[in-house]
Amino acid sequence: MILASENPLVPEASELIFGTVAFLVVLILVGWKLVPQIQKTLAERTDAIEGGLKRAEEAQDEAKETLEQYRAQLAEARKEAARLREEAREEGAQIKAEITEQAQAEARRIVESAHAQIEADRQQALQSLRAEIGTLSVELAGRVVGESLEDSARQSRVVDRFLEELEGRASTREQITS
Amino acid sequence: MSAPHLLASGSGDEFEAPGLEIFHWGPLFPDGPSWLHWLTKPTLIVALAGLIAIVFAWRAFAGAQLVPRGMQNVGEVAYLFVRDQVARPMLGRDGDRWMPFLFSTFFFILFMNWMGVVPVLYLPVNSHIAFPIVFAIAVYVMMLFLGIKHQGLVGYFKNMMFPPGLPKPLYVILAPIELLSNLILRPFTHSVRLFANMFAGHLLLAFFASVAYWFLVEKLTVLGAGVGIVGFVMTIVMTAFELFIQALQAFIFTLLAASYIQSGLHADH
Repeated sequence: MILASENPLVPEASELIFGTVAFLVVLILVGWKLVPQIQKTLAERTDAIEGGLKRAEEAQDEAKETLEQYRAQLAEARKEAARLREEAREEGAQIKAEITEQAQAEARRIVESAHAQIEADRQQALQSLRAEIGTLSVELAGRVVGESLEDSARQSRVVDRFLEELEGRASTREQITS
Repeated sequence: MSAPHLLASGSGDEFEAPGLEIFHWGPLFPDGPSWLHWLTKPTLIVALAGLIAIVFAWRAFAGAQLVPRGMQNVGEVAYLFVRDQVARPMLGRDGDRWMPFLFSTFFFILFMNWMGVVPVLYLPVNSHIAFPIVFAIAVYVMMLFLGIKHQGLVGYFKNMMFPPGLPKPLYVILAPIELLSNLILRPFTHSVRLFANMFAGHLLLAFFASVAYWFLVEKLTVLGAGVGIVGFVMTIVMTAFELFIQALQAFIFTLLAASYIQSGLHADH
């Protein structure tokens, strides 16, 4: 066996060189090439987790803000709806009052016009009656005078006949007008 | 280290404790060309330990994913252990920048040490002082370089030898002690601590193993059997203990390396 030294505290030159080379190889491959990869991954993971947390926080804030907005909008909408309802009710009441008033006015107008019509008809009737009554009275008087007024029975017969004639005249006039 | 090999040096009839010869390994091919003489069992084990460290880091870290799977989980635990137990406590916010060096050093030394309890290999290669010296010198050179770079040539020595806030006469004693301990003793203690622990541990294991082999196999007697059994049990107990010591020494070596790097980066407070 070839022994460099019997003293364990004296390093062997070949081992010093080989140890240095091996250490360098390990340092280059593990230290320089591989460890930075895990460092990068760990940093990325931290970023991802922190980013995720931050994003979640942001999303929550946004959601809260949106909720507040919705609530405000809802409250506003409710207020608006109440206002509209109130307005509508007022308007409805107003319209109702107006319509009632109009209807009453219309009714009054119809009644008035009916009254006027009736009045006019009455006047017309009166007038025509007045015109006719003279002739009729004269005619009646003539008949009464023409026939001797012997008894009341004849008298009443004459009046009845006259009245029937009158009725017949009236019905023919009605037939003509209708 | 096989028992026949251990006992080959013995006289034959009497038990002889294994000695320094268990650390001597000649070239694997003594008859081969002289440029191959560096290839010994220790260098082969160093190469194997380095290969394991590289393969481990390769399987764990190459193409690392955000969501870890398989070996990456183990690698991350290993990385976080070195980072949170060594780099950050010692170097603070500089810690992550030094992780490539500290991680490589820790696991290379750890696997080298653990080779001492791997069957067939059975040699903690740091019991060959050449290897701890390589690591210690690397750290020492880095410490000096960083010290001069960050504190200036004069500032580095001034900070080292004359820490502020002490009564003046004390510097007469303190300055040479600091100079001696920081510049001369540091690489020595740094490497010898690792070397001596591995050396002693290996000797101890070899001793108990050879006791067991001698008294239970080679010279089995009624009286000797008890001693052999004690040796056998102690071999198992000490193997477990050595596993722990080997990991601890790798950890301490890396911790001190980080501490020395820190002393170069910033003046001691």
